[in-house]
Amino acid sequence: MKATAGVDWCEVVDALAEKHDRKPHALMGILQDLQMEYGHVCPDAQIEVALALGISPTHVSDVISFYHFLCSEPKGQYVVWLCQTISCDMADKDQIAKALSDELGISFGETTGDGLFTLEYTNCMGMCDQAPAMLVNDEVHVSLTPDSAREIIAGYRREGGLG
Amino acid sequence: MGAQMVLGPYTPGAAIDAALKMKRSDVVVTVRESGLRGRGGAGFPTGTKWMLAAAATGDEKYVVCNADEGEPGTFKDRVLLSDHADLVFDGMAVCAYAIGARKGFVYLRGEYRYLLADLEATLERMREENRLGKSIAGKDGFDFDIEIRLGSGAYVCGEESALIESLEGRRGEPRIRPPFPVSAGYLGRPTAVNNVETFALASRIMEKGAEWFSEIGTDESAGYKLFSVSGDCENPGVYELPMGTSINELLTTVGAEDAVAVQVGGASGEMVTRDAFNRRLAFEDVATGGSVIVFGPERNLLDVLENFMDFFTDESCGQCTPCRLGIRRLLNGVRDLKKGALSADDLKMLRGLSKSVAISSKCGLGQSCDTPFASILDAHLKGVAQ
Ligand SMILES: Cc1cc2nc3c(=O)[nH]c(=O)nc-3n(C[C@H](O)[C@H](O)[C@H](O)COP(=O)(O)O)c2cc1C
Ligand code: SF4
Ligand code: FES
Repeated sequence: MKATAGVDWCEVVDALAEKHDRKPHALMGILQDLQMEYGHVCPDAQIEVALALGISPTHVSDVISFYHFLCSEPKGQYVVWLCQTISCDMADKDQIAKALSDELGISFGETTGDGLFTLEYTNCMGMCDQAPAMLVNDEVHVSLTPDSAREIIAGYRREGGLG
Repeated sequence: MGAQMVLGPYTPGAAIDAALKMKRSDVVVTVRESGLRGRGGAGFPTGTKWMLAAAATGDEKYVVCNADEGEPGTFKDRVLLSDHADLVFDGMAVCAYAIGARKGFVYLRGEYRYLLADLEATLERMREENRLGKSIAGKDGFDFDIEIRLGSGAYVCGEESALIESLEGRRGEPRIRPPFPVSAGYLGRPTAVNNVETFALASRIMEKGAEWFSEIGTDESAGYKLFSVSGDCENPGVYELPMGTSINELLTTVGAEDAVAVQVGGASGEMVTRDAFNRRLAFEDVATGGSVIVFGPERNLLDVLENFMDFFTDESCGQCTPCRLGIRRLLNGVRDLKKGALSADDLKMLRGLSKSVAISSKCGLGQSCDTPFASILDAHLKGVAQ
C-alpha cells in the first residue's frame, strides 16, 4: 500500500480516468483502484475524481460512504474481514474472532498501533461451504481454525516487514 | 455433485455456434420453450425477458450478468465462475445475439475479486477465438464484448436496479420499478439482467435443445438447479439436482439426516421444519435461488433469526423508513425474546410490524423480510430445535 503524503492527485486521478473513462459510470472503478493502492480515498483525491468525471465532490463522498469496501479514512495496511453470517457463525466464528482479537491486541472496528491491521466483520462472502471464512484485503481464507487464523496473521506481519 | 448436466464438460463456443445456426428470434423462442426461469431468486421467465429486451427500441442495448451473489448461503455462482466461466460468458453472447446487444457487463461482487485475473484471461482467450469481438464466429454484424465491473461490498447491489445504479457510478439504491431494466436499464437503454446460472443454463439449452431442459423438473419449474448447501451437514457444497427435488431427498444426498430445520433461499427465504421436509424445491413450492442452510437439533433458531435481522439492518440501503427502522425494531425484538423479556402482546406487535415492513418497502430486501421473520419464529415456537 502506498503512502498518500505528497501525492500529486491530479496526475494519479488523470491516469485512472484515462484507464476507466472520464464519465460518471467510471466512478466505481476509479475509487476501487484508489482504495486498493492507498487503502482509502482521501478528500483531496475525491475532489480530483469529481473534477475528472464532471460530478460533485459530495456525489463522490456519498458513494464512498455507501459501500463497505470503500472508505475515506485510512485503515490498516491489511484489513481483515471476518464473515459474521450464519454458516460461519455456526462454524464457531466467535472462536476465530477471539483468536484474531487476541493475536492483534485490538477489538473489531479497531486498527493496530503500527497501522498494519484493521479488524472488521463482513457479511456472507460466498464461502459458506468452507466456513468459517475471512478476507484479508482481497485474499480469501477458508476453513479457519484459531491456529490457522493466527498463522495467517503472522504471515501478513512478515510480509508487512515487521515480523 | 449430483447430475453433472450443467456442471459437466463443455466445449467452449458450442452454445454460440448452435445459436448462430438459428435466427435471432428463434433463439428467444428456444429459451421460452425450454421453460427456463431466472436463477437469481425471482424466477422470471428468461425467454420472456429476452423477448421484451429484443422488442425494446434503443440505439444501444446491454447484457448484464449479475454476479453479486450476496444472499447468505449461496456460492454456486462462485463455482460457475471459477470452473465454468466459458459456459457463463457464452450464454451472455447468446443473449446478446438474441436481443441485439453489443456490450455486456459482469457485475462481480468485490468479495470475488480473487477470481478477476482468471476471468479476464478467459475473456481474452474468447477474443482470440473470435467468440467475442467483431463478427463473432464469422457472423457478419454480430459484434459483442464483455467488461467486468466490480462491486464494493453491498448486498443490495444484487437487486437489478441497484446494480445498474452502481454500474452508473452511484450509490446502490434500488429504483422504483417500472420501468424495468428491459426497457430502461443501464444509461437508460434496454438491458437484460440475468443471474450467472441463468446464462450458464441458456448455453446448455442452446447446446442440448429446449426439450432436454423442459423434460426435467416440474411443469412450472423446468430443468436442473444448482443448490448451495451449508450448515449442519456432512458434505456441504454445490449440488446439481432437478427442480422439484424434495427437501428430504436433498438432505439425504448431503448427509444431513438429523436436520430439524432448513432455511431455503437465504436470509430472505423461508424456514422449513422437519414435519414439512416432503415439500419440494421449486418455484411453486419452496422457491429459492439455491441457498439451503441446514440446522441440527442443537441450534437455537432465535440465534438464526437474530443473525438474519442483523444482516438486513446492516445491508438496508436506508431509502425507505419502514425497512431502515422497522427491521432494526424487529432485531431488537428478537434480542428481547431471547432474553425472555418480550410479552405476548409485544410479539404480536412485532409480527404485525414485520408484515407492514414487507408491504411498504420499495425493493425485495424490505419486501421479503417477513418471510424469514414469520417462518423462523413459527419454527422456534414449534420447538423443533433447542
Ligand atoms: C436485495 C436483493 C438482492 C439480490 N441479489 C441478487 C444476486 O446477488 N444475484 C442475482 O442474480 N440476483 C439477485 N437479486 C435478484 C435480481 O434483482 C434479479 O431479479 C436477477 O438478477 C434477475 O436475473 P434472473 O432472472 O436470471 O434470476 C437480488 C434481489 C434483491 C431484492
Ligand atoms: S426496501 Fe430497504 S433496501 Fe430496499 S430500497 Fe427500501 S430501504 Fe433500500
Ligand atoms: S456465511 Fe460466511 S461465507 Fe457465507
